[in-house]
Amino acid sequence: MIRVKAIVISGPGTNRDGDAALALRLAGADPSIVSATQLVEHPDLLHDARLAVVAGGFSYGDALGAGRMLALDLTVGLGDALREFVAAGHPLIGICNGFQVLTRTGLLPGALGHNAQGRFECRWVELDPQPGSRCVWTMGLDEAVHCPIAHGEGRYVHPDVDALAADGQVALRYRGSNPNGSMADIAGVCDASGMVLGLMPHPENHVVARQHPHHRRGGGGSVHLGLRVFENGVDYARAA
Amino acid sequence: MAAGHRLTITSIDPDPRGRALVAAIAQLGLPAPDPDDVVVADLVFVDGPLSRDDLAALHDFLVDPLLQRGTWTTPEAPGVEITYLAGVTDGSAAALMHAAAQLGVPVKIAATGRRVELGRAIDPATADDIVRRVVANPIIERWAFGPIEPDLTPGGRSDGTATVVPVRELSRTELEQVGVDRALALDPDELLVVQRHFVDEGRDPTDVELETIAQTWSEHCSHKTFRATLVTDTGDERPPLLTVLRRCTDTIAAPFVRSAFVGNAGIVSYRSGTTIALKAETHNHPSAVEPFGGANTGVGGVIRDVLGAAHRPIAITDVLCFGPPDIPLADVPDGALHPLRIREGVIDGVADYGNKIGLPTVAGAVLYDPAFTTNPLVFAGCIGVADDRPAPSGPHPGDRVVVLGGRTGRDGIRGATFSSATMDATTGSVAGASVQIGDPVTEKLLIDVLVGAEDLYTAITDCGAGGLSSAVGEMADGVGADVELDLVPLKYAGLEPWEIWLSEAQERMVVAVDPSRLGELRERCRAHGVELADLGTFTGDRRLVVRSHGDVVLDLDTGFLHDGRPPRRMTAKLPAPDRTVGVGRTVDDPRSVLLALLAHRNIASKATTIHRYDHEILGATAVRPLVGVRSDAPADGVVLADPGGHDGLAIGIGVNPWYGLHDPWAMAYTVVDEAIRNIVAVGADPDRVSLLDNFSWGDPRRPSTLGDLVAAVDGCCTAAIDHGAPFVSGKDSLNNEYTGADGERHAVPPTLVITAVGHVPDADVCVTPELAAAGNLLFLLGATKPEFAGSHLDLVLGAPAKLGSVPRPDPLAPVRYRNLHRAIHAGLVRSCHDVSEGGLAVALAEMCIGGRLGADVTALPHADIATALFSESASRLVVEVAPADVDQFREVMAEPVLHLGHVTADGNLSIAGVEAIHVDELVAAFDRVGMSA
Repeated sequence: MIRVKAIVISGPGTNRDGDAALALRLAGADPSIVSATQLVEHPDLLHDARLAVVAGGFSYGDALGAGRMLALDLTVGLGDALREFVAAGHPLIGICNGFQVLTRTGLLPGALGHNAQGRFECRWVELDPQPGSRCVWTMGLDEAVHCPIAHGEGRYVHPDVDALAADGQVALRYRGSNPNGSMADIAGVCDASGMVLGLMPHPENHVVARQHPHHRRGGGGSVHLGLRVFENGVDYARAA
Repeated sequence: MAAGHRLTITSIDPDPRGRALVAAIAQLGLPAPDPDDVVVADLVFVDGPLSRDDLAALHDFLVDPLLQRGTWTTPEAPGVEITYLAGVTDGSAAALMHAAAQLGVPVKIAATGRRVELGRAIDPATADDIVRRVVANPIIERWAFGPIEPDLTPGGRSDGTATVVPVRELSRTELEQVGVDRALALDPDELLVVQRHFVDEGRDPTDVELETIAQTWSEHCSHKTFRATLVTDTGDERPPLLTVLRRCTDTIAAPFVRSAFVGNAGIVSYRSGTTIALKAETHNHPSAVEPFGGANTGVGGVIRDVLGAAHRPIAITDVLCFGPPDIPLADVPDGALHPLRIREGVIDGVADYGNKIGLPTVAGAVLYDPAFTTNPLVFAGCIGVADDRPAPSGPHPGDRVVVLGGRTGRDGIRGATFSSATMDATTGSVAGASVQIGDPVTEKLLIDVLVGAEDLYTAITDCGAGGLSSAVGEMADGVGADVELDLVPLKYAGLEPWEIWLSEAQERMVVAVDPSRLGELRERCRAHGVELADLGTFTGDRRLVVRSHGDVVLDLDTGFLHDGRPPRRMTAKLPAPDRTVGVGRTVDDPRSVLLALLAHRNIASKATTIHRYDHEILGATAVRPLVGVRSDAPADGVVLADPGGHDGLAIGIGVNPWYGLHDPWAMAYTVVDEAIRNIVAVGADPDRVSLLDNFSWGDPRRPSTLGDLVAAVDGCCTAAIDHGAPFVSGKDSLNNEYTGADGERHAVPPTLVITAVGHVPDADVCVTPELAAAGNLLFLLGATKPEFAGSHLDLVLGAPAKLGSVPRPDPLAPVRYRNLHRAIHAGLVRSCHDVSEGGLAVALAEMCIGGRLGADVTALPHADIATALFSESASRLVVEVAPADVDQFREVMAEPVLHLGHVTADGNLSIAGVEAIHVDELVAAFDRVGMSA
């Protein structure tokens, strides 16, 4: 099968770029990690790709607010390139810090504030894909996605979450306990086109069964892999 | 800074930082404000020819309208405003300058700060106390009640010349005074050797030379005590401790050891084609005065050690020792911070660095004891991997001296000598310049530059204690170097030459580069946004020469610098521990004692801390620090395994200062045993285990303290040889003492942290402590004896007058661990847990918690119930085996194993002679302290 060309966009302090690249490889893509600076110098790197990830981490050390500085690189630096990439039908996903970046760029609705408990939190969560969502990354997923969160600013805020859900833009909700105080348990949202997904949890850290904390007791299993999200994105990009 | 513009940014929703602040105030017993009255705001100061549109652009960039409100008007409500002291790195201000440039807004100067409003119910005196104790740290920050003006002038002027310090004519007393005035922390004998050297040279030293010698000869850098010839109080001469440790590793002669006790980290190879670098460090003194920065840079430093061994860091460990968090504020000695403040700062500091640099913080421990109140201990470890390749061969004459990474400022001056001295009430105020602030993003970029660039340099080391003086000085040993300080990239002007040379500014590495490869390295640095400076040449003439503004400010023979220190002879009074066997304890109510043990801070859940660390990044954490059906039970060892790989690495920790108080030799032996047991229990091969030793001790000039250290080193070595597990690296932190206002000296208890790193042949057959299924049988491996000195039973019930012995070595343990490994590898073990603090009862309780199952224990290992349940006899494990596998298990173990009972579905821990306890009650006890720990 043809491997879909994908780029993982990083900034100084991005640190889950390698994990995202592994997930993309396992999902059938051919990923390369590209810094925002390189992207500004070589815009063709984006033009050649059929799928893009803004990876997690602490770009610019969260200086002045999570994601703010990298968002500037991707807007002022890159102009409309990312918007055009999405408009051309290429799926884009922002994970954790990447989600924070994409809300700051205006590509995704809402904002992410400090966790309600006031501290960074790392633990495994279960995510319910929302059946009515228009998101191409979660479409058709009917089992919960299991993967870890690792963030301090993941409390999702939006002025009208009901309207967002009615519009099919709520892609994932936390099942059971809400780990950060997000409105309406929202873990992931997409843009109006369904091409852009932003989520706080890390599906890229559950791409093989052994990574699941309950794997040794028969927990987890392939239906709950975070890899499914990447496979969806890659399949969509391949078909597009 | 002139009055420019200031933006005050507040949260629309209640700011979680405000609530955290109120909680911290209340915990200290200070009058806490109403959370609804508390406002926390971020401050941004900018200056420049800024138009209304410029300010609007900055506002739109900095303020998220869904989350925040921003105003350019200075608030009128009373509040305290905090900014960094001049010279402390303000990363957000640098980011703001970068952003402003991108936005086309002409900002000339930027600074950031915080504002806290405590509400009108808090009177000014209380507010001042709260700010000092909870909100701000005078070591790095300044504050004002009302609007603050940031101070952007680092101060200090220098014309770039060195000062000559006349020493040749001085009397011994005058010489010692120079040592005190310059905080050289050198012995009188050492000062005399320095004096003689310059008499021979026919000139006086410069300040740069004196400071360089002091750093190089400091306890921190040269490990004088570990290299000293020792004489016992009975007159016997003993080899230096470092020699003893090295001989131990040589004796074991493990085939997998590549490099031990050389360079920045130990290197081993468990699998062909791959090597592993291991290192653990302490950062105790800095963490005592600035907990966040101290722990933060401790983690950063140990990561650079692994990077300095040319390995890619993959995981972090931390062991933290604090005073009791509930000690009344009035009982905290002068100049010391409250343990709560230290704990909060240290854990934040570890989390901030590890989480941001993108490494999982996977293994560790948190210990509490009143002795750690004035001397908190922070141990940080790092593991790295690399493709198997020859060690770098340089530096060669002609190679360039190249520094990479962060800029140099006045941060961390004299850290090596600071950490080599004891502390007192004034330490906080004089240590300001020794405190460093970490920048994990810069270090992440350094990793990105250096991993994969191994062909571009011939030698590498990190800039740690002593800064460039130590890094370049060590690399130049036997080669010589000639460097120009004017070429060092600075954070700000005005630094004296000696300050540039000694600054411990973080996130810097020094590499030796063949001139033909410099261009390639430079391009690589440019692509990653890392600063590179070519400072000079490795010369080949064995002299270390440093220039500033055209003058030579240092010119030393590298032989004198590294080998000129007079060897120390030190006296050790060896301990005479009570090793009386059979001194038991009386426990009237084992049920409530077990619950009290589970709730004891040292045993209770550390979940709140663990969840603040990212232990998932890189996707390789196969066994996590928390395990079980609810992921809330403690693991013995953790396992790292590449998502696509077959084998893995297990990491385990052994530490027990309470045994150390009574019998340092046996303590050392048992903590080595415990670290190994922890990783064997999870699936590591006991024939492929490497060890790190980290000693945190009191002042070794006290013969009894040194004697304890000698005994502990001996205990370590005996255990290592018995288990066939070599030490590959170690570090000692001595002088962990505090002199109180009463003149009394308070030393830490003998604290030895052993880190064991072993090979897991198959990461898919790891075993964890949670009970698996009702009906399975439970076995106890190892012998149980009344060994209670230093036990947690004594911490809970109070120690009797006659203590008896601490747990003693079990000669059968090495064979037991090998047999257990075979049983695990054969799939015969359903769960397995090491028996340690709190004894068998606590181990069983933790297994029940992990599986949310019960256990019916019908046979006990000792007739005396206190011994059976609460003795901490070493080398024991509880193992769960399915009925069908029992015969084979017994056969593989090849020693008598005690059938304790079986796993039950009813959730009750039922022990013969003890009223049953339901697992929910066990969980409640285990989590009680954990909620705040």
